[in-house]
Amino acid sequence: MEESYPSEYGPKWSDQRAERMLGALVCAVVGLLLALIVTVFIKAWPSFSHNGLAWFGAGGSVEEQLNQIYLSGLEGANYVYTFHAWTLIWSTLLITGGAVLLALFSALFVSVFIVEFAPVWMRDILQPVVRFLASVPSVIYGLLGVLVIVPFIGNHLVTEPQKASVAGVISLSGYSLLAGVLILTVMIAPLMVSIFSDGLRSVRPGWLEGSLALGVNRWRTTWKIAVRSARPAIVAGTVLAVARAIGEAVMLGMVSGSVAFAPNPADGMIFIYEPSRPLAPTIVKNIDSLGSAPSNATLFAIAAVLLLSAAFFSMAGWVARRAMRKYGATA
Amino acid sequence: MESSVATPPPNPPAAPPPRKPATAAVEGSATWQLSDRIGLAACWALGLLFCAIAVAIVVYLLIQGLTYLKPSMLVTPAEAGFSQSQTGGFSDALIGTLIVGTMGIAIALPIGIAIAVWLVEYGRPAGLARITESTIEAIAGIPSIVLALFGTVIFSSTALGFLSRTTEGIVFGRSFFAASTMLSLVALPLVVASTREGLNAIPQHVREASYAVGKTKIATVRRILLPTARPQVATGAMLGLGRIIGDTAIIVVLLGATQNFAPVGSTFPLNYLRGAGTTLTNFVYEASPTGNLNQPQKAYAAAFVLLLMVLALNAAVDVVHRRARKAGTWSH
Repeated sequence: MEESYPSEYGPKWSDQRAERMLGALVCAVVGLLLALIVTVFIKAWPSFSHNGLAWFGAGGSVEEQLNQIYLSGLEGANYVYTFHAWTLIWSTLLITGGAVLLALFSALFVSVFIVEFAPVWMRDILQPVVRFLASVPSVIYGLLGVLVIVPFIGNHLVTEPQKASVAGVISLSGYSLLAGVLILTVMIAPLMVSIFSDGLRSVRPGWLEGSLALGVNRWRTTWKIAVRSARPAIVAGTVLAVARAIGEAVMLGMVSGSVAFAPNPADGMIFIYEPSRPLAPTIVKNIDSLGSAPSNATLFAIAAVLLLSAAFFSMAGWVARRAMRKYGATA
Repeated sequence: MESSVATPPPNPPAAPPPRKPATAAVEGSATWQLSDRIGLAACWALGLLFCAIAVAIVVYLLIQGLTYLKPSMLVTPAEAGFSQSQTGGFSDALIGTLIVGTMGIAIALPIGIAIAVWLVEYGRPAGLARITESTIEAIAGIPSIVLALFGTVIFSSTALGFLSRTTEGIVFGRSFFAASTMLSLVALPLVVASTREGLNAIPQHVREASYAVGKTKIATVRRILLPTARPQVATGAMLGLGRIIGDTAIIVVLLGATQNFAPVGSTFPLNYLRGAGTTLTNFVYEASPTGNLNQPQKAYAAAFVLLLMVLALNAAVDVVHRRARKAGTWSH
């Protein structure tokens, strides 16, 4: 069993040196993340410090404020930072919330279907389908949204009286909350399905067999035993999907109308046809004003809010999944 | 069970005949209450809806792509023009996608493998391991637009000015180097997760056997563990590649602003990599009705090419998966 160390690998690595090098690399990546967080917040600080908590509040027109901020940067000297982001935050909440609710409902049923009820042939079709839907680039979803969904909503769903009723305020052309929510649902549901299915598969078979042995039918067994014991996976999948939805910039920028307008549910169902613009697309839209110092700070402030909320949600998902691993996943 | 068909009791009979659950004899839904059957119908409906959406996307883009895609578009760069017939093709975007994909994964793969190896095989001190795990999760959760903004800070610094165009001391910050580096962060978590899964699936006794014949830990990793985990590493790389070529926000911020290569300097190939450029995602974004070019037909054609790439990557993942499972090196 004498084996010479092949020379193609160069001088023999000492184990300790390898460990130290890998460790250094790991530290570098951790450091990079810290640098990212610190940089974003330092860059964002002027905007936050000038506005205080009013940054998150409502007031004035966001477009007008962004424009003023940009122009003041070009003139030099007196920077204007006044920015009230509530319109954008509200749009983010509406679109993310709507999409996550729809996706949660459909993903739960689909994953139960995949794991428990689908015939083998159907399962063999659905799994690649879910993987495919998850891997379609967001810009393709956006393009299909702009060229198919948006015209459909504008021409067929929104009625003329509805358009006329808000004509002085905003035009209902189909670029809407509804388009954003529907497409975002299709984008985040596959992520949920894959995590939910993992959770449902790792439920201990004994628990299900016990329930079946008591005469509970398969449907009830699945919902009362499997879905409940896979709850950590469901929480994890949902919060990860929220994190993904909050950060979605390109697709929403294309279909949501890209107008800083706050759809008001109090107006009745018409609000789902109203355009808006969430936080992330605002950055993309105003990216050319990065050169103006106050605009730069404002965009980084938006990025900081996105970063905090997305990081919070993905960490929450990670914690939930760890809990799942601890008491499930014996298979 | 027959009697319960006529009058379904609120609770099914207490003593069903003994049977094996799961695959053996599957109970039909005929004995279920109406609400349960409606639920099952909802399962079918939503499952079929998912399939229908996927089929609709593929078929629609296939039709539009075959209608508008001309082979000449793949080899002609975009040009300025007034109508869609004058504006050339998107060869620069296609090549840009290939460059970005290659460079991004070339950065993400070694780093990702190294992190996964450290996490699974070393992982000391435990505190650092936990921090690393959550760092990777956090990177996976960072919206790519935030990564893009961070990239503008890094690559507009004077120290890294040699990686992009510099005009009168102001660093432009947009180049293939900048975009690929930030895009590698998008792929990194996928590579790490997949490689970890592969390493974790290797039984402990394989490592012990290797140590027993006198191999060091790092030699075991390089000669035994990583080759065994190759299918998972390849899967991670392909998933990461899919994310890289599909990302738009980072490209728009760190590379775009043009539909052609804008080489800087004269050393081939560095001049192209240092310059701004475009990719298919950027082209689709700009060519869509909401973009600056507004050429929906070209957008469809480019989106079709992009979709083909994504489908090819998906198929490749499937092939690797299937082969590895046949060879018995995939854990599940």
